[in-house]
Amino acid sequence: MSSIEERVKKIVAEQLGVKEEEVKPEASFVEDLGADSLDTVELVMALEEEFETEIPDEEAEKITTVQLAIDYIKENLG
Amino acid sequence: MTLTTSLQDKVALVTGASRGIGAAIADTLGAQGATVIGTATSESGAEKIAARFDEKGIAGAGKVLDVTSADSLEALLESVKSEFGAPTILVNNAGITKDNLLMRMKEEEWASVIETNLSAVYRVSKACLRDMAKARWGRIVNISSVVGSMGNAGQSNYAATKAGVAGFARSLAAEVGSRGITVNTVAPGFIDTDMTKVLPEEQREALMGKIPLGRLGAPEEIASVVAFLASDAGGYVTGETIHVNGGMYMA
Repeated sequence: MSSIEERVKKIVAEQLGVKEEEVKPEASFVEDLGADSLDTVELVMALEEEFETEIPDEEAEKITTVQLAIDYIKENLG
Repeated sequence: MTLTTSLQDKVALVTGASRGIGAAIADTLGAQGATVIGTATSESGAEKIAARFDEKGIAGAGKVLDVTSADSLEALLESVKSEFGAPTILVNNAGITKDNLLMRMKEEEWASVIETNLSAVYRVSKACLRDMAKARWGRIVNISSVVGSMGNAGQSNYAATKAGVAGFARSLAAEVGSRGITVNTVAPGFIDTDMTKVLPEEQREALMGKIPLGRLGAPEEIASVVAFLASDAGGYVTGETIHVNGGMYMA
């Protein structure tokens, strides 16, 4: 079983069509990885599916970087 | 490049497929190779669809769906996905009328038409969209009505929903175009179905005089346009409303 970090990075890379090495913790989905608004919605949905959880809209809005996604998953699934 | 109208290997969901235009759409998509799930509000309606598919050699199933119920929709999609795979063609056809002059129209007559004809389009489209986005291919076709553009006395509720689905289609088309999903509206004129059979003879005569082609349309003549939009041949058409009405309203 891969770590939460690895799983999040893999999903981000797949969903946004970027290389895994570009998915650095501090990378912003929109500014660094070129996501548009639809991409970010799809990304959150993909994370929900992978981690079998539901991320409320008001929380989802705050998840703007790779690290924030990892933190959210860790805190809420820990 | 030769574009095909074949729907081989596609799964299509058609709401309100037990009779009228919906039945013709389901059968036509099936005849072009799609696996079709046709829905009806009752068990007997679903069985009727299944029997028709059997008879015509169409792959798929007849299922019960109440488009106004999120639970009913969830149950349907779960069973469809496990049996056939996620639908990437959706035809929002289910609709009702509750005609009345506005001054007499009850809140219930307004609300139930909005719920079935408009809110359900939101609900079912949203539920199917994710799998279309994943597939990077999808087709949504809303069945509207000429009344949505022309207006018709006694149908303010129905006309509002039919204009509504066209605006919905244009907005959604803009949202999901980047995922290879097209969203269009087909607006039938007077088509020979149970819905128009109830019109008084007098009104039918008057209508006929306004139709340059001089006849009611056949359900299959709507179905063929839907099938085109659903296929690769219609792949560059999105956000559009296609009027199919024998010329009675030319937009």
